[in-house]
Amino acid sequence: MGFLEVEDLKVHFPIKGGIFGRTVDYVKAVDGVSLSIEKGKTYGLVGESGSGKTTTGRAIMGLNNITAGKITFDGYDITDLKQAELDVRKQIQMIFQDPYSSLNPKKRVLDIIAEPLRNYEKLSKIEEKKRVQELLELVGLSPESIVKYPHEFSGGQRQRIGVARAIALKPKVIIADEPVSALDVSVQAQVLNFMRDIQEELDLTYLFIGHDLGVIRHMCDHIGIMYKGRYVEQGTTEEIFNSPQHIYTKRLVAAIPDIDPSQRKKQIQFRQEVQTEYEQSYNEYFDSDGLAFKLKPVSKTHLVALPEVE
Amino acid sequence: MWKFTVRRILIMIPQIFLLSILIFLMAQAMPGDALSGLIDPNLDPKEIAKMREKLGLNDEWYAQYIDWIKGAIQGDLGESFRFKMPVSELIEQRLINTFWLSVVTLIITYLIAIPLGITSGRFNDTWADRIITGYTYIGFATPVFIFALVMLWIFGFHYGWFPTTGSVKPGLEPGTFDYIVSKIYHMLLPAISLALITTVNTVQYLRSEIIDTKQRDFIITARAKGAPESRVYNRHILRNSLLPIAAFFGFEITGLIGGTIFVEQIFGYPGMGQLFYESILLRDYSVVTSVVLLFGIASILGALISDVILSLVDPRIRIK
Amino acid sequence: MAEGLLEIKNLKTSFRIKDNYYAAVDDVSITVNKNEVLAIVGESGCGKSALAFSIMGLHNRAKIEGNILYKGHDIANISPAKLNKLRGNDMAMIFQDPLTALNPLMEIGDQIGEIVSLHNKNLSKSERKAKVIKLLNKVGIPHPERTYKQFPHELSGGMRQRVVIAIAIANEPELLIADEPTTALDATIQSQILDLLNELKEDMNAGIILITHDLGVVAETADRVAVMYAGQIVEIADVHTLFGDPQHPYTRSLLNSVPNAAKDQTKLHVIQGIVPSLQKLPREGCRFGPRIPWIDSSAHEDNPVLHEISPGHFVRCTCYSQFSFPEESKEDQSHGVS
Ligand SMILES: Nc1ncnc2c1ncn2[C@@H]1O[C@H](COP(=O)(O)OP(=O)(O)OP(=O)(O)O)[C@@H](O)[C@H]1O
Ligand SMILES: Nc1ncnc2c1ncn2[C@@H]1O[C@H](COP(=O)(O)OP(=O)(O)OP(=O)(O)O)[C@@H](O)[C@H]1O
Ligand code: SF4
Ligand SMILES: [Mg+2]
Ligand SMILES: [Mg+2]
Repeated sequence: MGFLEVEDLKVHFPIKGGIFGRTVDYVKAVDGVSLSIEKGKTYGLVGESGSGKTTTGRAIMGLNNITAGKITFDGYDITDLKQAELDVRKQIQMIFQDPYSSLNPKKRVLDIIAEPLRNYEKLSKIEEKKRVQELLELVGLSPESIVKYPHEFSGGQRQRIGVARAIALKPKVIIADEPVSALDVSVQAQVLNFMRDIQEELDLTYLFIGHDLGVIRHMCDHIGIMYKGRYVEQGTTEEIFNSPQHIYTKRLVAAIPDIDPSQRKKQIQFRQEVQTEYEQSYNEYFDSDGLAFKLKPVSKTHLVALPEVE
Repeated sequence: MWKFTVRRILIMIPQIFLLSILIFLMAQAMPGDALSGLIDPNLDPKEIAKMREKLGLNDEWYAQYIDWIKGAIQGDLGESFRFKMPVSELIEQRLINTFWLSVVTLIITYLIAIPLGITSGRFNDTWADRIITGYTYIGFATPVFIFALVMLWIFGFHYGWFPTTGSVKPGLEPGTFDYIVSKIYHMLLPAISLALITTVNTVQYLRSEIIDTKQRDFIITARAKGAPESRVYNRHILRNSLLPIAAFFGFEITGLIGGTIFVEQIFGYPGMGQLFYESILLRDYSVVTSVVLLFGIASILGALISDVILSLVDPRIRIK
Repeated sequence: MAEGLLEIKNLKTSFRIKDNYYAAVDDVSITVNKNEVLAIVGESGCGKSALAFSIMGLHNRAKIEGNILYKGHDIANISPAKLNKLRGNDMAMIFQDPLTALNPLMEIGDQIGEIVSLHNKNLSKSERKAKVIKLLNKVGIPHPERTYKQFPHELSGGMRQRVVIAIAIANEPELLIADEPTTALDATIQSQILDLLNELKEDMNAGIILITHDLGVVAETADRVAVMYAGQIVEIADVHTLFGDPQHPYTRSLLNSVPNAAKDQTKLHVIQGIVPSLQKLPREGCRFGPRIPWIDSSAHEDNPVLHEISPGHFVRCTCYSQFSFPEESKEDQSHGVS
């Protein structure tokens, strides 16, 4: 049993139509996702834009209405926001994609980081300030920063402020939604290193959402690949990168740019092979609606969405 | 699009309903009632009490409200005690006068605002912009009624270019060409006076919209396509800046209502504003409530028109 | 065989900030040949977009000094009319942010159609539409007929980026500047777009300036690479040399900060400090020096200039030979990617 478990999660958004806004159809943003993360590990969630990664993360956070499924955290059922005790809820926090727009530009750093504290804990002004300063130090920013505004920081520093806010309540799980996608390489390195450091320090468990496979590979122990709201493959980082089974995964892995220019020819050829395979075997991997099949185990940790064998 | 409009109109119904309740309750709270003006003060108080009973003035407020609203829907807004005639008849002609005055004012407002706003926004921080912004500051600072008085004095009395009172030259046959010309002629000075002041909002708004749009990324895209500057302005900047102006239209109507009250009074123009002003002075309550109701409906309609225009021109809303 | 298409000589682009001009592009000289992808890499804020905008003549209030020779003609300060003939036709640009680069009130078809008809006045309506549909197809938009009638907000980020690209390649430009064309896209679409750029280069013999901070993209697409720091080119070389034998400390730092599966890193390299703002930039002496404080100041050149250390490989300053990372000891002198 994992530390954080998601079982057959479904999140369907209604599409409204007509004058009275009746529900005419549903967007199946997440359609039967199961995952399990062990304590202290990093689980990577990958997939193309719109595949439902953010929605999954938000559903776990309790920010989206869940259509079906079950989420357990450390043994507690936290599926229903109202039933879950606040105490459990605050153990899971989220870091958002864009360090430039996820921080309110009109608020001081103190107020930004203290916001979750104010929601959950009653601290005096002095205690609060002290906590915020400790947090800033923990994320490598000077304690004097509390009076500054977000625009006075660089992208990497802003993302650290986001992290400080996320860890303010001493959570056990952090859902990081593309935390470095908006940053350039050197700042990205800074944030990734730092996330690893605090993971060790605070024994954090990460759900790391991203689309840069290089970064995912660097950070994650387990990886799940999403496609149109469903999983196509799940396995350890080793398994996914070294022996991808589903054609969609193969395509993703092949698309990673190789940093060695001498491999360029080989890489292009490889990509073309995968593309040809993708076109030829599309029907073997996707059902008539173009969706993935149910996951089947190929090893203890490795699951692939393959059709039923007749 | 029509779906949006229909839905938007449906929303209007509860809005108007709430407005009417509010106005009705306010009227109730005022001293006196529909009878106070009607009756002969020499009448026996017992008689008055009987009449009250008969007219339903002692009923619960909601019963009275229903009576009132039923009448209002059928065009019966009660009697004016001052003019001793049905309010609806009293209002009809004035409503038409004010309507046309507002239309002319709006036209002049935009005739002034659009060129000035565009010049000011396009050539911001040049001397032309500074002159225009200077004018808008003066406009903001000047009260409408003082400005209207000055205009009346200069162009009405001193030069005698414009008539100083009324909405049409007496004795003309309604519907004739001369009649229409005279109507417009009477409207012109009040409309110009009002427009010159109220337009400054729109000028400022358009100016800042244009300055804002100028710096947007898609303008750079347009330049990079090799579009000449005139095209960049006409096709990209202007269209995108005029959009919020359309949204502003509703406010313009609300603002206009306030403006007409002063201006009609000063120019002796027989419109709703003047009627409102006089009825308040004379405590002619049935007229006041009716006028307020109509003003309220006009504001709600203004907002409706804004939204519909916006939905026509803004694809982001049109889709919904 | 290398045919000069664009030659930039000592370009200096300065912005006015509170009564003073500060150079964001400072004495940059580069050439772009036909059928070549020149990548420009560097951290955020080091002047890549400022350089691109200078070439396209898109700065409104910047001071531009130096020469920008397009096919031998200086376009640095030419008349708007002449520039407009070139822009969108001979040279075009893909903009960094697809979410804001499109007019929110204009149909996609019209936005692409605009650039087509601006440079081809006697095209009929139906011809224009046919061309736009063809372009949408080319950039991999699944339902071109439908997208033609749509507005930007109805498209996803990736689709919008492709529309921006369709606009840029509409008139088959000879010089294409792509400012971070794939940053907003996921890996599979990214590789499609890069293929498209390659096709453009080969089929139309175009010269492409590819601006990015994704070194993987550079390694896969570029022929030559210029590394930019604080407004200056600090290293320029062909792609194999640059990745195989990087010299400048900044280049090496950048390469080291990329997660690389081939190397078993637990820690990525982080370049200390940040790119200074224009006002705070040291204008004298070494600009990168403050970010490698463990290197003794005596090692830095007073005024580093570009040296050609092997044919076509230029490195700013000579002291790179004394550079090493603090975490790697003396015995590990291998740098960059092996
Ligand atoms: N509140 C909502 N209402 C309706 N549809 C939604 C809502 N939120 C998300 N969706 C839809 O659900 C799908 C999944 O969206 P989601 O944001 O989870 O994707 P993602 O994998 O995070 O993509 P990206 O990489 O672009 O962030 C999309 O088709 C999106 O349009
Ligand atoms: N119009 C302007 N006025 C003043 N300063 C500017 C202007 N445009 C850019 N700058 C400054 O010039 C420097 C270079 O900016 P530029 O946009 O070229 O960076 P970049 O390398 O493209 O970065 P990124 O990767 O973030 O796009 C920055 O310090 C920036 O703040
Ligand atoms: S002087 Fe020093 S810091 Fe500057 S470029 Fe040379 S090696 Fe780099
Ligand atoms: Mg997302
Ligand atoms: Mg840029």
